[in-house]
Amino acid sequence: MIRVVLPAHLKTLVNENREIELEVAGVISQRSVIDALENRYPVLLGTIRDPTTKKRRPFVRFFACEEDISHDDPEAPLPEAVVGGDEPFFVIGAMAGG
Amino acid sequence: MSGVRVLVGTRKGAFILRSDGLRKNWDVSGPFFGGWEMYHLKGSPVDPDRIYASQATSWFGQLIQRSNDGGETWEPVGNQFNYDGVPGTHQWYDGTPHPWEFERVWHLEPSLTDPDTVLAGVEDAALFQTTDGGVSWSELSGLRNQDSGSSWQPGAGGMCLHSIIVSPKDPDRIFVAISSAGAFRTDDGGKSWRPINKGLHSEGIPDEDAEVGHCVHHITMHPSKPDTLFMQKHWDVMRTDNAGDSWVEVSGNLPTDFGFAIDVHAHEPETVYVVPIKSDSEHYPLDGQLRVYRSRSGGNEWEPLTKGLPQSNCYVDVLRDAMSVDTLESCGLYFGTTGGQVYASNDEGDSWEAIVRDLPAVLSVEVQTLA
Repeated sequence: MIRVVLPAHLKTLVNENREIELEVAGVISQRSVIDALENRYPVLLGTIRDPTTKKRRPFVRFFACEEDISHDDPEAPLPEAVVGGDEPFFVIGAMAGG
Repeated sequence: MSGVRVLVGTRKGAFILRSDGLRKNWDVSGPFFGGWEMYHLKGSPVDPDRIYASQATSWFGQLIQRSNDGGETWEPVGNQFNYDGVPGTHQWYDGTPHPWEFERVWHLEPSLTDPDTVLAGVEDAALFQTTDGGVSWSELSGLRNQDSGSSWQPGAGGMCLHSIIVSPKDPDRIFVAISSAGAFRTDDGGKSWRPINKGLHSEGIPDEDAEVGHCVHHITMHPSKPDTLFMQKHWDVMRTDNAGDSWVEVSGNLPTDFGFAIDVHAHEPETVYVVPIKSDSEHYPLDGQLRVYRSRSGGNEWEPLTKGLPQSNCYVDVLRDAMSVDTLESCGLYFGTTGGQVYASNDEGDSWEAIVRDLPAVLSVEVQTLA
């Protein structure tokens, strides 16, 4: 089970105040986690990444195990701690605007 | 009993204000979509319980929300706004080419006849349409692709298509306005467009006959006179009586003719309202006095309306889509401010009261008159 933490704006959209638990098939990567997230919550389509190019939105960052993994290969496997459910995968709204 | 529903979009969510036909006591609900910028909400004229809302942030992009029960519940619909073909470039602030990039939906204009059909004005300026209740959107690209499109340049607020008026006499005739390109008209349902800016004069444009480049802030029309439009330009209040073929200035005795909001009385097509703002660098009322100005003669002669409005130390702005009128017998007017107040008048502007006063900055106000 993959744990995902969403930023406040997206929690509002999906009506979930807590972290989300997702079943993700195959290789656990940024892409497969976001695929599963959008599959469960279609309202998130376009809010995290471009729905066509799959490119991450500029003000969105991904963190895992206290590391910014936003610029990692989206197909690369996520850390074992995320795969094992010990650590969540964070979707973060970039700090901007004061 | 008749009533009104006021749809308020703010920087941090949407609010719905309801009252009966007396418009004395108000029920405020919201925030809906708290934390999100709600640029515009508007109901279908043929099914008032069908409401569309533009929800966005720079972080997480654009969503469109739809309600089928007058704003009690909402569902997200389509948010894919893809420009038709290879969009090419427009001019950037410094005159260099800049690729067309979708930023947000500024204005939603539901059809006069079909609740599933809506036009959307977006930034970077383009016009989109849905015919399936917002599930899918396609661009009416004849506007962006007409001759001047590549020379359009953004205004301070971005290159937004912010005003859409469908002629009640001829649904194939549509007017739009873009900051800072100007006003445009189609007579064939959006296939082909032409600029309608003759008579506009703008500081910073050396060519007095320039077809485009005018910073039009808002346009409005009374449905009984579909060839007459009123315009609040960056500076200057204008009118046309030939559907935009030519414009004349009607600022007359206004103390300042800069502003954003402009609207027409529901029953008197020559009664027009504006909210003068001091200047383009000082986006607040002159002398700290919030005043609506009314002309009963279609412009030129204006009277200040002050009763119930703050007449000292008021430094809020009233944005372009933040004024609306109801169609009750005694026409009601509503406007919202960047200070979070929504003011209402149930007597054609003679007197005002704040029906809510501490909302986030108000971006848009639309009123629905309910049977």
